[in-house]
Amino acid sequence: MTETEMQVIVGLEVHCQLDTKSKLFCGCSTDYRNDGPNTHVCPVCLGLPGSMPVLNKKAIEYAMRVGKALNSAVLNESEFSRKNYFYPDLNKAYQVTQYDKPLAEGGYLEIEGDTGGEKRVRLTRIHVEEDPGRLVHMGNAERGRYSLVDYNRAGIPLIEIVSEPDMRSPKEARKFLNKLRATLEYLGVFDSEKEGSLRVDANISIKGSERVEVKNISSYKGVEKALNFELTRQKNLLRRGLKVDRETRHFLEARGITQSARSKEQEHDYRYFPEPDLRPLHVQSWVADINLPELPDARRERFMAQYGCSLNHARTLTGELRLANFYEKVVAADPRGLATLAATWIADTLIGELNYRDMSLDLVDTKSFTGLIRLIKEGTITDKNGVEVLRVMLDQLHNKAACETPEDIVERLNLAKTSGDDGALKGIVSEVIAQNPKAVEDYRNGKNGALNFLVGQAMKKTRGRSDPGELNRIMVESLKNKGA
Amino acid sequence: MVTEKEVQHIAGLADIGINTEELAEFTSRFNAILDYFDVLDRVQGEGAVSCDLSNVMREDVVEPSLPQAEVLKNAGAQEDGFIKAPRVM
Amino acid sequence: MAAHEITFEPDDRYNAFLTTCNKAPHGDGKLGGIAVAVKDNISTKGIETTCGSKILKGYIPPYDAHVVDLLKQSGAAIAGKTNMDEFGMGTTTENSSFGPTLNPCDITRVPGGSSGGSAAAIAAGMVRMALGTDTGGSIRCPAAFCGIVGLKPTYGRVSRYGLIAYANSLEQIGPMAQNVSDVSLLMQVIAGHDRRDTTSYNKPYTHIPSPDIKGIKIGIPQEYFGQGVDNNVAEVTKRAIFRLEELGATTVPCSIPSMEYALAAYYVTCTSEASSNLARFDGVRYGPAADTKKSWHDAYREVRESNFGTEVRRRIMLGTFALSSGYYGKYYAKAQVARENIKKDFSRIFSEVDVIAGPTMPTIAFKFGEKSDPLSMYLADILTVPANLAGIPAISVPCGTVEGMPVGLQIMGKPFEDERVVDVACAYEQVVSR
Repeated sequence: MTETEMQVIVGLEVHCQLDTKSKLFCGCSTDYRNDGPNTHVCPVCLGLPGSMPVLNKKAIEYAMRVGKALNSAVLNESEFSRKNYFYPDLNKAYQVTQYDKPLAEGGYLEIEGDTGGEKRVRLTRIHVEEDPGRLVHMGNAERGRYSLVDYNRAGIPLIEIVSEPDMRSPKEARKFLNKLRATLEYLGVFDSEKEGSLRVDANISIKGSERVEVKNISSYKGVEKALNFELTRQKNLLRRGLKVDRETRHFLEARGITQSARSKEQEHDYRYFPEPDLRPLHVQSWVADINLPELPDARRERFMAQYGCSLNHARTLTGELRLANFYEKVVAADPRGLATLAATWIADTLIGELNYRDMSLDLVDTKSFTGLIRLIKEGTITDKNGVEVLRVMLDQLHNKAACETPEDIVERLNLAKTSGDDGALKGIVSEVIAQNPKAVEDYRNGKNGALNFLVGQAMKKTRGRSDPGELNRIMVESLKNKGA
Repeated sequence: MVTEKEVQHIAGLADIGINTEELAEFTSRFNAILDYFDVLDRVQGEGAVSCDLSNVMREDVVEPSLPQAEVLKNAGAQEDGFIKAPRVM
Repeated sequence: MAAHEITFEPDDRYNAFLTTCNKAPHGDGKLGGIAVAVKDNISTKGIETTCGSKILKGYIPPYDAHVVDLLKQSGAAIAGKTNMDEFGMGTTTENSSFGPTLNPCDITRVPGGSSGGSAAAIAAGMVRMALGTDTGGSIRCPAAFCGIVGLKPTYGRVSRYGLIAYANSLEQIGPMAQNVSDVSLLMQVIAGHDRRDTTSYNKPYTHIPSPDIKGIKIGIPQEYFGQGVDNNVAEVTKRAIFRLEELGATTVPCSIPSMEYALAAYYVTCTSEASSNLARFDGVRYGPAADTKKSWHDAYREVRESNFGTEVRRRIMLGTFALSSGYYGKYYAKAQVARENIKKDFSRIFSEVDVIAGPTMPTIAFKFGEKSDPLSMYLADILTVPANLAGIPAISVPCGTVEGMPVGLQIMGKPFEDERVVDVACAYEQVVSR
């Protein structure tokens, strides 16, 4: 099989925590992340003998919203089943999930395909289930290994979305995940910034070879990494004339590799049967009353039409709910004036600066950012110094959750653009010309790069406070005059 | 008819121990009961389980959880608020 | 709220109790000051709850079952927790890990099961009332064997929240007492909707028993008087039914063909559900501690092998097998079809009659050790399991003796007509006490 003949087949099973206030089967609060272990637990989610589940209506409403948005068909009758297996984090020794009568079947999600254009990834099913607890592995070979269990997470509602094996590369898998994540956030049912709120099992194979399942990938970037690693591993095996084994593997995020999971868990007989403590769901009639909010694709189109955003900018800005909301808030006061500038600054600069600081957009207040954009628009500061101000603001917000106004920063650090006073600028330009004879000569010999260099030197002298366009004009004039 | 080996396999599935002294008697009694269950093969019908109650759900309201001490009270071993369990090897 | 307390120090020579509350607090109300015993598979906050099993030795629930809340609210004094077959699996209370309970009528005989402790406590006069649970006859059987009254309510009429599950789709908590009036009083307190039990119905019970049964039609199923039922027991029961006819009821012969596979359907269903319900007992969150130095599976298996009795292990295995891949269709799925057929049979009969009557048990109480073969023990449940499979109410009231041992008359009724079933039992009780 040649490289080009190796068709890649990828399917995903995505588990997302639904953003309800209470758990799936009990009233314990779902806001457990900042609290101690085993503090958000009751007889029901602890699985104490005699406890019984009561279904959270909101979880079903949220899941149905997702089903409708993804064009899935909600079943006429849906029910919960028990999936029986033994594991320390599974306190009832069964997980209440949905087996032969899930909430919805079918559906699709459209993504940007590898070969360009929109590609439809079909879905198999969507169902609701409970999250197990969380295990922390302790000890070592000498002292003895054991596990510590925290049941705060036990009973959190999960939505599981299973795709058909329609993706053809790790990149498409990442796009699918990003689109799915954004859609769920737009629907108001999911918060991607909550740690561990999304987990993925991926199936990948090369056409004609066995399928490998990679389990429990818990980050978006992790999925593409894991699949890339797997693909390389499988291709290498095939190139050497070896077989790919059908197996389950785990992704070790820190090392970026997948490892075979040789455990009893592989050959499980889950002995599914309907959960006798819960009643069936007849919720198909609820679908008609679900009003979907504006979804990513529609919002993208609107950004292009309403704000004149380019396709790329629109795609980036609508790719995350927070970002889209942030953008619209920023331009709200003056859409005509700020739309294009804000789009560029958010998409091309802000996102990068936030990523660099591993910082959430939630920490940036729109008032400060809008203020900065205005200063740039009014020509009070150059683009270059705009970035400086932004960095100062972000650092302050990151450390103290508050920042100076952009005006105050500009004043304190003396970053304002010098007025178009040709006199001062002319003086600086003359200095630069005098100090850089070689560059001047290069310029005279037709090397335009030398001009940029000279302008750059002048910018340095003004500490970025002058408009590059202005300096350029004065530089060219001065060189002309000098040369004469 | 299940063999002693199959009985051990089922015991493995259920993570229940059957020791070797018990195995023979256990298997023969197990088979007698399974033979009795064969009468179910004669059952005819759809069995669409009549369910008069459906859509029983609660509102998404937070209710108090147990204090951590109560959660840990019956546990065999605990450490820093976590419950200690044997490690899956 | 508990303003008073009673002292409870019974002479428990029958091993009816696993835990006694020597100083039992109580309030005022319908059951104000009355000592009520609670079967040990019903969660009681702060009081050890073992289900008659070593695997829950030392387990102190941090919460009360809904029915226990209701008992307390009505002023009852929780006298103690009664002995039972381990996890409800048994017909004689011989399967308790803490020794059997003796039948106060004859200590060489079993009190019945699995609520043997509750029945013996009442029969011996230690308490006036008790809560039992009935999955396949576990209230009615000991009531019949000990000569007291026991009611299995319509499925869903009493909350199961806090009842340590054996077979969720079959079991109910129910009242047991010396007489119908007390059974009815206790039912008033425990029946009703509980939002924590999704299978519970909003059907409170406010009935005062009435002995007037003029015009009531009683179905007499041939299967309840046929092969497998002791002749003497059948005779005593028939005479009791005759007394009911003297009060103005009429009898109608009928047949329940699905009885043929009722017992198999029952045992497949209850063992399947039990195999899942009992999987959580791993010594990690409660019960005898798992050895954290061992590997997970080794530790888990060890805890379960040492702390589950033979019958429990047998039923878990049967249930695991019945649900396993390849067998689900043959066993569990078929059993649910069988249940539908049984419900239909009852429905058909109830379109012609108001109640159905017959013996509660096919024999009198066995001698200890008499039923050593599990299958022959299971067969003893044949007359009680149909009511559980169909979810209908059923009561056992003492109706005479054979060889000096009590015989129980069983009255079954339409779903949610527990009141009528109580009335028929009340009518019988009144007529014989005259």
